[in-house]
Amino acid sequence: MSGTFVGMPAFPKAAHEAVYNQTLRGNLRHATHTIRAKRAKAVAEVSDWAELREAGKQIKDHTLRHLDRYLVQLEESVTAAGGIVHWAADADEANRIVTDLVKMTGETEVVKVKSMATQEIGLNEALEAEGIHAYETDLAELIVQLGKDRPSHILVPAIHRNRGEIREIFAREMSEWGRPAPEGLTDTPAELAEAARLHLREKFLRAKVGISGANFMVADTGTMVVVESEGNGRMCLTLPETLISVVGIEKIVPTWQDLEVFLQTLPRSSTAERMNPYTSMWTGTTDGDGPSTFHLVLLDNGRTDTLADEVGRQALRCIRCSACLNVCPVYERAGGHAYGSVYPGPIGAILSPQLRGTASEIDASLPYASSLCGACYEVCPVAIDIPEVLVHLRERVVEGGAVTRDGNKVVLKPAKGHAAERAAMRAARWAFKHPGALRTGQRLASRSRRFHPRSLPGPGAAWSATRDLPTVPSEPFRDWWQRTHGGKDTGK
Amino acid sequence: MSTRDVILGRVRRAIADVPRGDTPYEQAVDRSYLPEHGDRSVEETVDLLAENLADYRAIVHRCEAGGLAELIAGLIAGRGSTSVAVPPGLDEAWLAATDVTRVPDRGESTPHELDQVDSVITACAVAIAETGTLVLDGGPDQGRRRITLVPDHHICVVRVPDQVVSSVPQALPRLDPARPLTWISGPSATSDIELDRVEGVHGPRTLEVVLVNDRTVGGN
Repeated sequence: MSGTFVGMPAFPKAAHEAVYNQTLRGNLRHATHTIRAKRAKAVAEVSDWAELREAGKQIKDHTLRHLDRYLVQLEESVTAAGGIVHWAADADEANRIVTDLVKMTGETEVVKVKSMATQEIGLNEALEAEGIHAYETDLAELIVQLGKDRPSHILVPAIHRNRGEIREIFAREMSEWGRPAPEGLTDTPAELAEAARLHLREKFLRAKVGISGANFMVADTGTMVVVESEGNGRMCLTLPETLISVVGIEKIVPTWQDLEVFLQTLPRSSTAERMNPYTSMWTGTTDGDGPSTFHLVLLDNGRTDTLADEVGRQALRCIRCSACLNVCPVYERAGGHAYGSVYPGPIGAILSPQLRGTASEIDASLPYASSLCGACYEVCPVAIDIPEVLVHLRERVVEGGAVTRDGNKVVLKPAKGHAAERAAMRAARWAFKHPGALRTGQRLASRSRRFHPRSLPGPGAAWSATRDLPTVPSEPFRDWWQRTHGGKDTGK
Repeated sequence: MSTRDVILGRVRRAIADVPRGDTPYEQAVDRSYLPEHGDRSVEETVDLLAENLADYRAIVHRCEAGGLAELIAGLIAGRGSTSVAVPPGLDEAWLAATDVTRVPDRGESTPHELDQVDSVITACAVAIAETGTLVLDGGPDQGRRRITLVPDHHICVVRVPDQVVSSVPQALPRLDPARPLTWISGPSATSDIELDRVEGVHGPRTLEVVLVNDRTVGGN
């Protein structure tokens, strides 16, 4: 997975810097709290949320378990409907395919619908290197692109910017890219949206090539689905002559009927709406309506490696709603940039180390970017047990072991810097295997409890600087249990 | 070996743990979720549609079949529109009371030409009450997707109650996936500034929905 943030420090360092940024903290707190309350209300409106969530999980699980079959079926249906299907094993191959397709049209600019897959592969940079300008048209992506910034949220990549900062970026940068911002632009959201409308309209009207991702691909009909709010998606999907969609292979659902689940859960989970303003569905090409050429680029880029992990593969159920980011106490404080990936937050912490492997410092640190509170699991509309995968990935980092990289089985070495963790785990394993020693140790700890320090010495000091050490009870639980026959003998 | 074969090979190795007799699709998904939420009469479903459309800032009008042409003429005049994009199969009677310039939906017209058109009027394929959604399927009375996108003012006529369903699960079987579909729930909006919803970005900033009662006496 390329197109990410090269040379990023590990999460703890990046987060440490972010939490001291008062503006960022304020912006994130405001935005995540706004959406949290709204989401809860939107979800409470449907009494069968639990059933929808379970069905969504089952549809995705079933699809992943038979992904080869559904990919072949999808290819057949898209081709039958007039689309052209390409396959890309990694980011470089996908970028090469798209660049060649754009070059074949003779165009030097493209309009883009917000797409996580193209962010993930760094498509804009690859196109730019070949002299093709890619214009982001989603409002938040536009803010990021104009601000020469990085995305920090799946749904709202510019969530770290407040209205004042957005006004400033528009006023300063729009003239560099096309139509300047209106004179006297203020920071009211309606005016900012109007400025984006005017700035992008000329680009939409002259665009000959559009690039998108897709939220869903329906295997049995070949239908692509894009959900959006602003209408920039509709512009990119219908006005150009050529449409290129880059979509991860896990975005398949087997049947048309399956959409009835996700079209209920996705909008409520992501923007907290009963339904997002616009959803476009297209199947191949339609004579006289919309693009006359449609290319679908099916992207692997680490997804099959993720699929090979029986615990970790559930991350591929993700429908990119970003509800887990919005409820996460760590994300709220650290912000999206600290995760060093286009996928921030809890889902990013399990997706990036699987798509990219845990070789880099940032990827090896991501499974630890969590307090394991479980709020992410609770709101996930496809019930991804993020804490379970985080713990699983921590084990992989600490212990190493067999994983799949680029389709090949490899054995990872235990990561450096986790020696103390490994030693502690080994000691725990030994103690639990030797009940006599465990009992003696526990009694010793109980009797010496008056002398226990309140904080740890040496390298442990960092941990106990903000926490009290747990106090040891006066009597070990197992002794109490034996003495009172499981609490039956005394009230104590 | 083609990339296609490489990826399919990787997928097959990755899911080698899945047994041959894995639960088939038909039994893999528990569809005990509701076909619709709540118990409503036909009239109440139409009321809910109106309510949810309005909640997302669509302007909702209701009329009997006989009053439709007058109502539409009023909306166009009220907006001050001088031109209206018209799909080829639109019921001519709908525009009988206005002499506004009609701009036919033609394949040759450019997006720039369409950008000069003030309003567009279409029918729809189905409307979903629970979510306040109109679905257009490019039928003769709805036209190409772009005509309901580029003009800033969209008037959409829904025949009630025949075109109204309660829920998303009821809407999908009434739609043909082979057609290009556009689901519209209120005017264009964004949540990109501080995660707060603002109406009016690239799509039509004004969405007017006319719920015309098609079952009035004398109607069919």
